Amino acid sequence: MSKDIHIKKGLDIKLKGEATKLTENAIASDVYTLMPEDFHSIIPKLSVKIGSQVKAGEAVLYNKTNEEMKFPSPVSGEVCDIVRGEKRKILAIKIKADSEQQFFDFGAKDLKAMNADEIKSHLLATGCWPFLKQRPYDVIANPANTPKAIFVSAYASAPLAADYDYVLAGKEKELQAAITALSKLTTGEVHVSIGKNANSPLAGLNNLNLHKVSGPHPSGNVGTQINKISPVNKGETVWTINPQDLVIIGELFLTGKFNAERIVALAGSSVEAPKYYKTKIGSSITSLVNGKLKGNNNRIISGNVLTGKAKNIKENLGYYDNMISVIPEGNDYELFGWNLPVFNKISISRALTFSWLMPNKKYDLNTNTNGEHRAFVVTGAYEEVFPLDIYPMQILKSCMYQDLDEMEQMGMYEVAPEDFALTEFVCVSKQPHQEIIRKGLDLMLKEIG
Amino acid sequence: MGLKEKLHTIKENGKGKKWLPAFEAVHTFLYTPNETTHSGGHIKGADDLKRTMTMVVLALIPCLIFGMFNTGFQHFKAFGAPVEFLSMDAFWFGFLKVLPLVVVSYVVGLGIEVLFAIIKGHEVEEGYFVTGMLVPLIVPVDIPLWMLSVAVIFGVVIGKEIFGGTGMNILNPALIIRAFLFFAYPTWMTGDKVWVSGAVERANEMAAGVDVAAVSGETILGSLAQGKEFAYSVYDMFFGFIPGSVGETSTFLILLAGLFLIFTKIASWRIMVSAVIGALVMGLMFNGVVNVGWITEGSKFYSLMNTVFWHHLILGGFAFGVVFMATDPVTGSQTNKGKWIYGFFIGFISIMIRVFNPAYPEGVMLAILLMNVFAPTIDHFIVRSNVKGRLKRLKAKTA
Repeated sequence: MSKDIHIKKGLDIKLKGEATKLTENAIASDVYTLMPEDFHSIIPKLSVKIGSQVKAGEAVLYNKTNEEMKFPSPVSGEVCDIVRGEKRKILAIKIKADSEQQFFDFGAKDLKAMNADEIKSHLLATGCWPFLKQRPYDVIANPANTPKAIFVSAYASAPLAADYDYVLAGKEKELQAAITALSKLTTGEVHVSIGKNANSPLAGLNNLNLHKVSGPHPSGNVGTQINKISPVNKGETVWTINPQDLVIIGELFLTGKFNAERIVALAGSSVEAPKYYKTKIGSSITSLVNGKLKGNNNRIISGNVLTGKAKNIKENLGYYDNMISVIPEGNDYELFGWNLPVFNKISISRALTFSWLMPNKKYDLNTNTNGEHRAFVVTGAYEEVFPLDIYPMQILKSCMYQDLDEMEQMGMYEVAPEDFALTEFVCVSKQPHQEIIRKGLDLMLKEIG
Repeated sequence: MGLKEKLHTIKENGKGKKWLPAFEAVHTFLYTPNETTHSGGHIKGADDLKRTMTMVVLALIPCLIFGMFNTGFQHFKAFGAPVEFLSMDAFWFGFLKVLPLVVVSYVVGLGIEVLFAIIKGHEVEEGYFVTGMLVPLIVPVDIPLWMLSVAVIFGVVIGKEIFGGTGMNILNPALIIRAFLFFAYPTWMTGDKVWVSGAVERANEMAAGVDVAAVSGETILGSLAQGKEFAYSVYDMFFGFIPGSVGETSTFLILLAGLFLIFTKIASWRIMVSAVIGALVMGLMFNGVVNVGWITEGSKFYSLMNTVFWHHLILGGFAFGVVFMATDPVTGSQTNKGKWIYGFFIGFISIMIRVFNPAYPEGVMLAILLMNVFAPTIDHFIVRSNVKGRLKRLKAKTA
């Protein structure tokens, strides 16, 4: 049963520097990097050494607790460096790309003939499994479970987010293959959400339940859609996957190749001529942004400005990210910033802040916190931007005092840190909501599992 | 090197030093810090706690200035030499009386805040901004400054700091300060002398045998409680040309402030609206009791019960309490549904105390403190209903 979802509570953060719909090939990166920290809660083990030759799709890492789960190299080349931190923790694996790319051949598959177990083990063996994430806990899906549904949000409502209709255009075949495969893994359905007025390549596909979404951010968050379509109860699992990763999975089934290619939006007010670039997972930030930025006091973020990770220019595109945002750093003082009228920042109050007068204005926000960290004081503000049927401040507090029973009852199984990105944005007390939720989820994962 | 750079250097040099919180309290007044986001979202909304608190202080300023005029106006009127309300005479007299209250409130209160910040090594928090402005507005103008200091120390330490500071307290600190004064020094907080500046002194002079005319400084509620007549019109009561605590008298200005706070989304309209509803319901019930004849003119409750129900809204500290104190987000109910219940009972109980206990004509103070205590319980049940919904969903699934 298809269901249209309309969200009322939320906030569209309109920023300057939206990517124009033009795709260029990014400069090919010399070195591609995999960072195990992208795979939250996984303990990685190496299956290569420095100097090993790998083909695209060949495993470089595997999961210590489930050795079948592999993490592939996005390119063919030579493992040139393994960066380790304290206690020899693996921080990054760097692969110097060959000039002529070779793909590991996993063999094209006939999906009709495959059952759920075969699909599962194929995804695990080819390194496509980590694209699947699960709720509860917002970690890589546990292959031992069968989810009650799989959710794909092809509607991006986050600030400056890459437009899925644009980046997925022409990929119908791959998307269909991936969705057919995934639909065999769940007892329920594959729920796909697209924008209300979208011209999405997913609209005409089979084996899925299509939902049309409208309303302000976080309407495009998969967590919001799960909450509205089929909320996660205790003991249940749902899986989620990004639409761009469906393309990679689809191509794998159709051609037998792990093709890490991805169209990435380079956006933000510090970008000259923001647009889309074709690149690969793990490519270096330099290859994407070099010579394209304004000024040199910028923050480069892999992902969107609300949930992405800060990166320096020597690091790389995150494993799950399809955009690089670049905004100015806000490491400067502002005279009487706490009481002068504010015209150039976004606020949901009207406390001499005037963004309510200009709902369509695009802002050039920087990374300043606009105030100091405080205890929770103001109430009722989070609820205005939080569409889930959960009490946001109360669940945050239960995470802070680590009461597992209460966390469970308040709805922790349903949430991911990104669901709290907007409450964090509007927080007058500048509390780190996403971090609080992440720590809470980690605690539950450890204690309850 | 500009001021900005100089202050930055001082801050960098002060890292880890004891005096840093005191310096930062001043520094952040001049400049919002250069702090950038480091976890989670990379951008933040424009509002911080300083801005939020400033809005409340801003809303209080008209009440403060009106209170200065009214202090002088009431004084000269009671002493038989009336002056125009908006005259320099009235203002200057009131200014000299009220300013020391404001100064003492801020100096003592912020002093303690800074002391605690230094001891605990955290930044000075903004909570006392508002409390410090509320306190002089809710006391009788002639309250001795040492009493005010003692009460402020009590209120800030026992009411707030022992719970962990701003955001952690259970009871509204400004009301704790007032309640402390009320119970520790009742003769300075109630009665027919304290509400007009100079009336107490005059009474003392008379007791000493000086031949002067008596001065009454009774509030309307005080008169009503004793079944006495009073000579103020609804117009006087609404615009505030009546005796009372410094800032509480002008319902008109408080109403404007309330609308400002609702418009800026700083204070909860749910609490304000439901408190007014609660007060009206209680007032109507009392009027009804009188109408059906259960209470007759002989009863000591008659005058207050017979007060037209909506007059309660413009009498005493009700409006001030509802707009500025009941809406304190820390001590009030924190869920939107809970705010309706919380506000309603504040209004309801305010009027109940006012009528039934003539010794406490200021029912709103006790009603808010009482509901502060119950706010977490209200929230508990609201949140429980959400939890129950979740369990029900699970049950429906497994059944």
